[in-house]
Amino acid sequence: MSEEGIVKKFMYVNRKSPYGTIYALESLEVVLITAAFDQDVSLTFTDDGVYQLMKDQKTDGIGMKNFSSTYSALGDYEIKKIFIDKESLEERGLSVSDLQELVWEDEDEDYAEKSSINLVSRAELSNIMSQQDIVMSF
Amino acid sequence: MSMLHTVNKSPFENSTVTSCISMCAKDSSILFIEDAVISVMKSTKFTEMIESSLKDFKMYALKPDLEARGLSLNNVIEGVEIVGYEDFVDLTTEHDSVQSWL
Amino acid sequence: MKLGILINEGPYQHQASDTALQYVKAAIKKGHEIYRVFFYNDGVNNATRLATPPQDDRNITKEWSELAKNHNIDLVVCVAAAQRRGILDKGEAERNGKDSDNIEEGFRISGLGQLVEAGIQADRLITFGD
Repeated sequence: MSEEGIVKKFMYVNRKSPYGTIYALESLEVVLITAAFDQDVSLTFTDDGVYQLMKDQKTDGIGMKNFSSTYSALGDYEIKKIFIDKESLEERGLSVSDLQELVWEDEDEDYAEKSSINLVSRAELSNIMSQQDIVMSF
Repeated sequence: MSMLHTVNKSPFENSTVTSCISMCAKDSSILFIEDAVISVMKSTKFTEMIESSLKDFKMYALKPDLEARGLSLNNVIEGVEIVGYEDFVDLTTEHDSVQSWL
Repeated sequence: MKLGILINEGPYQHQASDTALQYVKAAIKKGHEIYRVFFYNDGVNNATRLATPPQDDRNITKEWSELAKNHNIDLVVCVAAAQRRGILDKGEAERNGKDSDNIEEGFRISGLGQLVEAGIQADRLITFGD
């Protein structure tokens, strides 16, 4: 489904906690479609966006669909670049062990599972962001 | 690559302006629109943060949004450029990419 | 330049759609091409022709519709986001067994792929939201 072979760098910046607003869910929908167009997709979780990746989300009590398992399917869509803002985690008393494990399978290495998560500083993030063609913030 | 960042929230409402500034690469520009124009006024608790960031980034504020809110152009922090919608268009085309901080 | 526009908030509640309108008008005046305006999240609510703002207020939906007509702009509403929020064209209304549609002239409903395509084909993609 690529557009005449053009591949652009798309970054999706997630800055909001899930469920309080629809942004996290509808952002994920755009991410999956972008991957279907064979684009170079990466995701950033910063500010309250880091809460989107929390383990053990249980939404029965609020009557909303729990979509957190979709994140673990990102690897199947060849989305391997997940950047998590280290400072946002620290500010919230969280560590990477509070988050879901996100992996992709490397077919060149007998489908070995590799982590998609990159813990980065804001300085590193600013550098990565400035290399993107398209940045969408939800 | 140069990047234009746009922000539309008052710094008194949430941390978007602070996040944007902390994640801007050095040759980036920041355009304050809608409620974010409050950020560039003199004598607020954010004035110092904006003034010190002016060393690293170019900053712009949308004039129609300042005027709509009754904010005097004379009270805009020195070094922040006051621009219109056509300049907004120029800023988006002069930079390599645009990030809207929502 | 070819510009793609993404609008993520509905009319009136937030300034996003107003700012986008002013931006698009300025861009046209400067000779740029608007490749597409894509409406997502609550932005799909910009497309309802049933909105009836007071006479002394602006009619944002009509402004988009007229701008699209005068300058041949492609206004695309995300189908999934629109279905959630009750924005329907004739085909969608029939398909979903609804008694009416409500989309304004000049808007069309299509998939999220149209947003990605705008990102790929346009020189810049500019987002307006909350």
